[in-house]
Amino acid sequence: MAQYRLKVNGTVHTIEADPGMPLLYALRDDLKMDNPHFGCGLSQCGACTVHLDGVATRSCVTEMSKVGNREVTTLTGLGTPEHPHPLQTAYVEEEVPQCGYCLNGWIMTAAAFLKTKKHPTEDEIRDALAGLKCRCGTHTGIVRAVKRAAEKMA
Amino acid sequence: MHAPTKIELSRRELMGTAGALVFAFSVSDPGTVAAQQVMAAPEGGANSALDPTELDSWLAIAPDGKVTVFFGKMDGGQGTDLAMAMIVAEEMDVPLKDVDVVEGDTARTVNQGGASGSTGVRFAGSALRVAGAEARRVLVMKAAEKLGVDASQLTVTDGVVSVAGDPARKISYAELIGGGHFHSKIGWNKQYGNPLALTSPARPKTHDQYKIVGTTQPRLDVKGKVFGTKPWVQDIRVEGMLHGRMVRPPVAGASVASVDESSIAKIPGVQIVRKGDFIGVVAPREWNAIRAARTLKVNWTRTPDPFPDQAKIYDHIRQSPVTKSDKTEEGQVDAAFAGAARVVEAEYEWPFQSHASMGPACALADVRADGVTVWTGTQKPHFAAQGVAGVLGVPVEKVRAIWVAGPGSYGRNDAGDATMDAAVLSQAVGKPVRVQYMRNEGHGWDPKAPASVHRGRAALDKDGNVLALEFWSRGFSRLETNSTEADPGDTLAGMLLGHKGKRTPAFNLPENAYTFSNKRLGWETIAALLPGASPLRTSHMRDPLGPQITFASESFMDEVAYAVGADPVEFRLKYLTEPRDRAAIQAAAEKAGWQPGKAGTRRTQRGNIVTGRGVAYQQRGGTIVAIIADAEVNTRTGEIRVPRVVVAHDCGLIVNPGGLRHVVECNVVQGLSRTIHEEVKFDHRNVTSVDWLTYPIVDIGEAPRVIDVVLLNHPEAISTGAGEATMRPLAAAVNNAIFEATGTRLRRAPLNAARIKASTV
Repeated sequence: MAQYRLKVNGTVHTIEADPGMPLLYALRDDLKMDNPHFGCGLSQCGACTVHLDGVATRSCVTEMSKVGNREVTTLTGLGTPEHPHPLQTAYVEEEVPQCGYCLNGWIMTAAAFLKTKKHPTEDEIRDALAGLKCRCGTHTGIVRAVKRAAEKMA
Repeated sequence: MHAPTKIELSRRELMGTAGALVFAFSVSDPGTVAAQQVMAAPEGGANSALDPTELDSWLAIAPDGKVTVFFGKMDGGQGTDLAMAMIVAEEMDVPLKDVDVVEGDTARTVNQGGASGSTGVRFAGSALRVAGAEARRVLVMKAAEKLGVDASQLTVTDGVVSVAGDPARKISYAELIGGGHFHSKIGWNKQYGNPLALTSPARPKTHDQYKIVGTTQPRLDVKGKVFGTKPWVQDIRVEGMLHGRMVRPPVAGASVASVDESSIAKIPGVQIVRKGDFIGVVAPREWNAIRAARTLKVNWTRTPDPFPDQAKIYDHIRQSPVTKSDKTEEGQVDAAFAGAARVVEAEYEWPFQSHASMGPACALADVRADGVTVWTGTQKPHFAAQGVAGVLGVPVEKVRAIWVAGPGSYGRNDAGDATMDAAVLSQAVGKPVRVQYMRNEGHGWDPKAPASVHRGRAALDKDGNVLALEFWSRGFSRLETNSTEADPGDTLAGMLLGHKGKRTPAFNLPENAYTFSNKRLGWETIAALLPGASPLRTSHMRDPLGPQITFASESFMDEVAYAVGADPVEFRLKYLTEPRDRAAIQAAAEKAGWQPGKAGTRRTQRGNIVTGRGVAYQQRGGTIVAIIADAEVNTRTGEIRVPRVVVAHDCGLIVNPGGLRHVVECNVVQGLSRTIHEEVKFDHRNVTSVDWLTYPIVDIGEAPRVIDVVLLNHPEAISTGAGEATMRPLAAAVNNAIFEATGTRLRRAPLNAARIKASTV
């Protein structure tokens, strides 16, 4: 066991954990931050995505010992009902989710993408989000929502 | 962090006169707050009775006039809860925003069958429509008494009853009953589950009176999901809970010979739970439970290889003895074939498929001497409560199952198995246990949609008219594992603990509306490859057998159209007489811009890309769906894209058109995934599709660019359900488009690049 200082959504926490434990379990089990979801534990689906210093990162394979001083942002850190991120607003307007379990990964990944890419084409959006999984088949809604958010953020 | 504060919620408050189990919650932890929220009774007007003949079991009115609907199914994100709220708001004349829905909690909702067979609006909605109308009738009677006028002189607007022509004389629902009980009876057909129906002297509105039903309204679940404020079952925690993980055999069907407990001695806090071949670990820290399950050394008995060569699975299906069969027959089929000028014949094959829910299943069980609570993602919590009672050996009245949204609900997935595992582990260690499966269990051990073979034969006369159709399906049962967990033998834990389950042999006949004078439709089932706790046990997955059968039957219709040189749309219309069937096909054709012409002539080519357009149509329990799909095939690689799908959808009365479009779109994309990618792989020993690399699904780059949904509303007809119907003809529409593009007929799903390349290049 080792001690780690984790800065999440602006607040610093101290956590005792096995160095090989993925960040996902520190967020969910130790800090009770449920936005990142366990989907595969294999970096294949994206449901566990958080930002590390603004970079979309799969927390299910990011070991505690590798987090370092990077600042963690979760979906709640991205936006709240009072201060929503444009992607969250667009998701609500387009009513994107079905079960919604994958949504964290798509929004966190798209948010990182839209920070660097203004006016993306539909192909660029699809490329940026390639590999993320949605089992319910909400993909066309996702594309609409990301386009809508991109227009607002441009 | 703040020191945890305890809130104690008395189970007596929650369950009326039942047990007195007390739960402890930490208010600083969103997971336990979520647990508390999903358990808590609404303010005032709680439904203490779950007697279906009590109106209070269906509706409650709070002191502020807000209405709570108690819905005995659940919504997996298709908006059925909203549909219930709309139907009740409509009948009661209350604002939709004032209606809340409690769903899938056995202590608070009557068993309406859980999510099942696209019957949410059709059956549960019909019952709640009657309950809403009856509530309005009872309240208007009360108001008549208070206001001293005849009930016939009263109108209701936004939950306020007033005298027609004298609106100052009024009284609100809240004033009449807010926070109290109706204590009023309602008629019940004495059936639980899907067939549950209610009757009352009240007359529900006719469709021309609707103000809410038929309009697009915002879903109830979206904001909570988008902001992460609504819990999934994975997010539920209770004080003192342990984390559990299961240990599954490397060879399906192997038994535990011995367990080397010392192999995990270095991992702190782990307990091993072994009951026969049921083996799991629990630990206070989740990561330690995961490590322990991975590290634990179990010696498994040597067992004969349970599975045949996957390459020969369809031969196995053809050659195995039939366990049960069924058929329907109209006319003189054999005579028609004997006199045919020509016979068209083809066989089609469909693989095992996995629910592969977005997250592997999770459940939390708290088994105590005085009662059991499970938080579960199963679609059928009332039945799961029965199964939990059975596996634990406690009376069902002592078990409360609380449904919390899971990571995807498309039928009998792994959610019920996790529920039973959690219950058995919790009973063994005497503490609440949360079980979350790992990815390889979610894919590898969930019940599978059955693999099958289908044979179509058509007898034609010399002019190309169809004299007779014969269509047979043969495959594994859709109910080898039942679609509910009511019998412990229909779950992994139950089977490992010696429960048998019914293992019902069942398949489906195609719903065939074509007016061929002579018709024989049949099915045959074969035995499971491995009875019991098998990773290839088969059960219901969205539209059970619909994609399989319709892939074959509607591909075959295209083959017959091609054989007689007909237009595939015209050919279908020639043999359909019901106006709604015809209208659906015509609407899809019109929206797609279908160009009349013979089958096999819709090919265009640009470089390596050939393009075709295909049609398919099917009914599902009264709902009619016609689909026209475009396919682009790369002739060099076999890669396929489906850029545009047009769906004409008729499910009778539409409650919420916006919600319905969403449901149809998602069905198209999931259906496309099953059509072009999905196939559970296995070797002689076990399932080898254990993650997203070994069980690919559709990627966002492959999702259609355009999905045009044409909604055909029939407000005069009953709502027949939309959760699954679009899934049914999708694969055939894509297959027929591939044939148009390539000139090669594929007959084995999935229609993936390798298979297309092998057959066309």
